[in-house]
Amino acid sequence: MKILSFDGTFDGLLTLVYESFRLKVFPEMIVSSGDQGVTLFDAPVFIPAEAEKAERVWKRIKERTSREGAYRLYMVFLSEQPDAPELIYQYIRHMVASSHNIETDFAHPVVVDVLNIHRKVMREAHRIQMFTRFQQTAANSYYASFAPIYNVLPVSIAHFRDRFADQEWVVYDLKRNFGFHHLNGEIERISFETLPASVLTGNLDDRFLHPDEKQFRKLWKNYYHSICIENRKNPKLHRQLLPKRFWQYLPEKQVEKG
Amino acid sequence: MISEKVFGKLKILAESAKYDVSCASSGTSRPNMPGGIGSAAAWGICHSFAEDGRCISLLKIMMSNHCIYDCAYCINRRSNDLPRTTFTPEELTGLTIGFYRRNFIEGLFLSSGVIRNRDYTMEQMIRVVKDLRVIHRFNGYVHMKVIPGASSALILEAGQWADRLSVNMEIPSENNLKLLAPEKNFESILKPIHTITDHILQSKEERRKSNHAPRFSPAGQSTQLIIGATNDNDRTILDLAGKLYQKRNLKRVYYSGFIPVNAYDSRLPALASPPLQREHRLYQADWLLRFYGFNVDELVSEKEPDLDLSLDPKTVYALRNPWLYPVDINKADYATLLRVPGIGQKSARMIVAARCHSRLNSAHLKKIGVVMKRARYFITCHEIGPPMSVQDLKPETVRQLILHGPKATEGVQLRLEF
Ligand code: SF4
Repeated sequence: MKILSFDGTFDGLLTLVYESFRLKVFPEMIVSSGDQGVTLFDAPVFIPAEAEKAERVWKRIKERTSREGAYRLYMVFLSEQPDAPELIYQYIRHMVASSHNIETDFAHPVVVDVLNIHRKVMREAHRIQMFTRFQQTAANSYYASFAPIYNVLPVSIAHFRDRFADQEWVVYDLKRNFGFHHLNGEIERISFETLPASVLTGNLDDRFLHPDEKQFRKLWKNYYHSICIENRKNPKLHRQLLPKRFWQYLPEKQVEKG
Repeated sequence: MISEKVFGKLKILAESAKYDVSCASSGTSRPNMPGGIGSAAAWGICHSFAEDGRCISLLKIMMSNHCIYDCAYCINRRSNDLPRTTFTPEELTGLTIGFYRRNFIEGLFLSSGVIRNRDYTMEQMIRVVKDLRVIHRFNGYVHMKVIPGASSALILEAGQWADRLSVNMEIPSENNLKLLAPEKNFESILKPIHTITDHILQSKEERRKSNHAPRFSPAGQSTQLIIGATNDNDRTILDLAGKLYQKRNLKRVYYSGFIPVNAYDSRLPALASPPLQREHRLYQADWLLRFYGFNVDELVSEKEPDLDLSLDPKTVYALRNPWLYPVDINKADYATLLRVPGIGQKSARMIVAARCHSRLNSAHLKKIGVVMKRARYFITCHEIGPPMSVQDLKPETVRQLILHGPKATEGVQLRLEF
């Protein structure tokens, strides 16, 4: 069984595609080098990432499909699903083998699978835009953190940059332990050594908070409960639209301590 | 510092505003201006969901719940004894900006009871919206209610600052409006709607010529109708909605199942619970009018003026017109596909695109996202199998099959096969 492995980055995967085509080695399995449990099979051949080769594959992809179609593959990669690298690989093979743009070939299983994973990742990215809650700090900057199921922070960040252009802010992924810092249009990737907030709620430690912050959270919670119409309560629909895994990070859903 | 007073006001004025249904913040994209905050996303973002399942996108709030009017269906009518209060413009802009910066909301949805008189109320509301735009350089979304009977000059000004304007019709027919809101009349509601439509079209025209022409209510106009407070049937309601879409260019009509807030008023029906299912069916029918090329007569007729509560209006249409089916998935055009129950806009588009690559069968359709539970009786892919279509099985059988599933109707099916 032919197994190829890569370093877990998108560039690494694209390089793997490049080498596979160049050497005409078509893997039956693709693994990220960080993954465990592959030793049962033949030893994988590791393909180191090379920016130049990755760039050439990416260019090729963009020639054969729309811009949207190309980014769709990147989003599928961000899903971090175990089978995503293979799916992307299959998609690219199908793309190269066809004489026309395969993007709309919805009868093809690989195309539909890519579309469905993409849809899930997009939904999570959208939920980040919906459910991110900033806390104002004593230094007049803003902080938010949560744990998305897919690695969608990188694709959500542009939205916050546009909307909160005059704010200094940090948006942080608690699960993957990295985030982005924004100031005056400049965005920088950061990683905290000691988290300034609770891992459970994303709430900043009291000593960092702006004096108004707790009031605003209370006001929002107060508003949230006032706006609900009792005669229309619908817990099932409510949980469907606002999944429970977000509740711990939302001031309107947090249970007050003490 | 935020004062304790604001807490109390927020509670009272949010409670007073909560029966307004529209929450949409979509329809404009307003890029962030240098030095300002905020942007309006064209698709609209819900930031939370209340326990009743409704989207919270905007800070939906009344400027004041004082009112000189006495509309029977309204919690804020002057004869009700309830705590009354009014926000100052500073309090309201402070709340809006504070919530916005924390990503709690997309913007503000401002309405108000009528204080002193209509134009005075409008002036106060405009002041809030203008302050947001000019002083705070706020680029987020603003939806402003227009008070029925407000003067044209004030409407013109409001539309310059707000993304969307709306005048609530509330009651779908003139005689019932007279009964429930004797101080209002159709004229005082329809005139501002007309004025807004004219200004929107005019501004669009001018902006076509020059990018610098001022915008007027760029996310369009909407209104709300209360369902079930009067004896108006669905045909009356959809007919009115259809006209508002076609003749007045409205972006949305919202339907709000009546909640008896003033049980003591004998002009109103005593409902055990709000007519949520009817509201749901009206939204589905409304959708068919706007995006699926249906007209009102196809959905509700003189003979059957109300929507079927147990089935969605497209399925009901298909069962009433079985001779139009089954539709050939590999041949039918987009408009015809849209009329198949279980096929939405998205799946119809995908079917049309995918057909260029290969013939489609029912397994493909399922993967594309077609709801086969309903669609199977109205389509054909020329596959081999037992006859399934509404023509073979007869509409009443299909109705039972869709409502109760193939299991419950096994007997019926067998009988028909012989
Ligand atoms: S004018 Fe508006 S706020 Fe006043 S009673 Fe009528 S519906 Fe209620």
